[in-house]
Amino acid sequence: MMDLDLGVFARSVMLVAEKNMRIYYYRGPVVVFGLLFPILMFFTYFIGRNLDLIAFFPGFLAMMLFFTSSSVGPLITPWEKREKTYERLLSLPVILESIILGDIAAGAIFGVAITAIVWVVSLVVLHLPLTSALVLVVAFILGAIGFAALGTVFASMATDVPSNVMMLSSLIRLPLIFVSGIFIPLNQLTGWVFVLTSISPLTYLVDLFHAALTNDAVYPPVLDALVLVIIIVIFVLLAKTIQKRNLVKGL
Amino acid sequence: MEAIEADHLSKSFGPVTAVNDVSLAVKEGSVFGFLGPNGAGKTTTIRLLTGVLSPDAGSAWIDGIDINRNPLAAKLKMGVIPENSTVYGDMTAEQNVLWMARFYGLDRTTRKERAQDILRRLGLAERKNDLVRTFSKGMRQRISIACAIVHSPPVLILDEPTTGLDVQSRRLVIETVHHMNEAGSTILLTTHNIEEANTLCNTISIINKGRIIATGSPENLKTTFDTTRYVEISFAQPVEKKLFVQEDISRAERWGDKWRIYTTNPDRVVKYLSALAEREHLTIISIATSGLSLEDAFVRLTEGA
Repeated sequence: MMDLDLGVFARSVMLVAEKNMRIYYYRGPVVVFGLLFPILMFFTYFIGRNLDLIAFFPGFLAMMLFFTSSSVGPLITPWEKREKTYERLLSLPVILESIILGDIAAGAIFGVAITAIVWVVSLVVLHLPLTSALVLVVAFILGAIGFAALGTVFASMATDVPSNVMMLSSLIRLPLIFVSGIFIPLNQLTGWVFVLTSISPLTYLVDLFHAALTNDAVYPPVLDALVLVIIIVIFVLLAKTIQKRNLVKGL
Repeated sequence: MEAIEADHLSKSFGPVTAVNDVSLAVKEGSVFGFLGPNGAGKTTTIRLLTGVLSPDAGSAWIDGIDINRNPLAAKLKMGVIPENSTVYGDMTAEQNVLWMARFYGLDRTTRKERAQDILRRLGLAERKNDLVRTFSKGMRQRISIACAIVHSPPVLILDEPTTGLDVQSRRLVIETVHHMNEAGSTILLTTHNIEEANTLCNTISIINKGRIIATGSPENLKTTFDTTRYVEISFAQPVEKKLFVQEDISRAERWGDKWRIYTTNPDRVVKYLSALAEREHLTIISIATSGLSLEDAFVRLTEGA
């Protein structure tokens, strides 16, 4: 059983997150790509079709949060292994959990910051509705943490080649946006398509944003939140297990 | 008291046993060298001692704290320079040092003062605001050292700290090791450079194929295999071989303008040669004792294992 000084642990998580923000997130191309990619995806689907913007906006916000939270995280550990800074980091007063939680915190902060900007601008310009501020805050927090945690699972791969991780990350993340009720609202889905969407973790974030903004969620918000919490726990445990197993590769 | 202790550490990677039942004890305030050929298990042992890897069996303590049970507390007591690893290229030299200092809970003023002092000592004060990715290998290694010592750790662990460095950087690293040791830090270092180990270390362990095969002071290790040493002497006058007859002398050979006198007891032979010079009115130009080098001992130990 490990003895843990919680103060030192919390400090290590915060410092890892701060380093990630400084080195990997506060960069022009990262911010621009984080903002542009989901917006372009949305307009690709939206323009030229007579769709209800209000009905689709919760899905759009969920997609933004999903992409921004999980975009850079998968690359951090492979980058650090490649640059030979990973062992230096492990030699500091940190444990593996500090690195994983620090990576998640940085991804979550980035995701919330970018998506919140889009939400505020949209709120002012498009006069979007808001049903529950509390549910919106919960959706932002759980969604950002959950999908940043997914990023750390990708980062656990036994490779120090970022492009390999990026390929796997895209291979899993891109299909998710098509089976999570973003482009076709969940309440319009039936049969096996509905069953398929219920497997995607992104579905529950989309549904939570519907509960917060338009009050037309399919599942109860508590259930959405609970599923997201379970997903966070699973992703963190998975990331820890895989990273521990692959630790020595690339040191 | 032991500053670093390892008790029957073992670590395997699949079928390969990298570290096999390694035990060691490093006394507080000493400089301990870890020597071994490539692939002997030095770096894996260091990774086990610094908490980067967990052992399959055995335990390790830093300043009395179990690294596996309480890794954060143990790591607060150490400064580590891992082999081949570097600091962050996208941060400046000063940012790296200040950021790493925060892990050890140093307050803002202390961090700033220590960083400035260390960067000045390591000859990096003028480049402190430059990104590390623009630095040479030697400068990066100096920054790495600055980061490892900014909190004045009681234990400093360095894995091949001078490998591939230019002479100036190498000297600075060695000076820093001396300085830290004089300030009270216990040092554990691995090196390929036997002369460096000979000069710096009080105690050396030689590891081969994952096992420690010898531990002792450099002088003791040199005499592990062969107790025969020699005294090399030169005189201003010609001297005949027949003069070198004494119970401690096994043989005498001419080496250029010198005589090499083989013995198991150089101390008594030196005294005998002084008396001989006095008696025969000879002028001694030079006299020195020698024996097996640490390199000889290292090669013979690692060949035989």
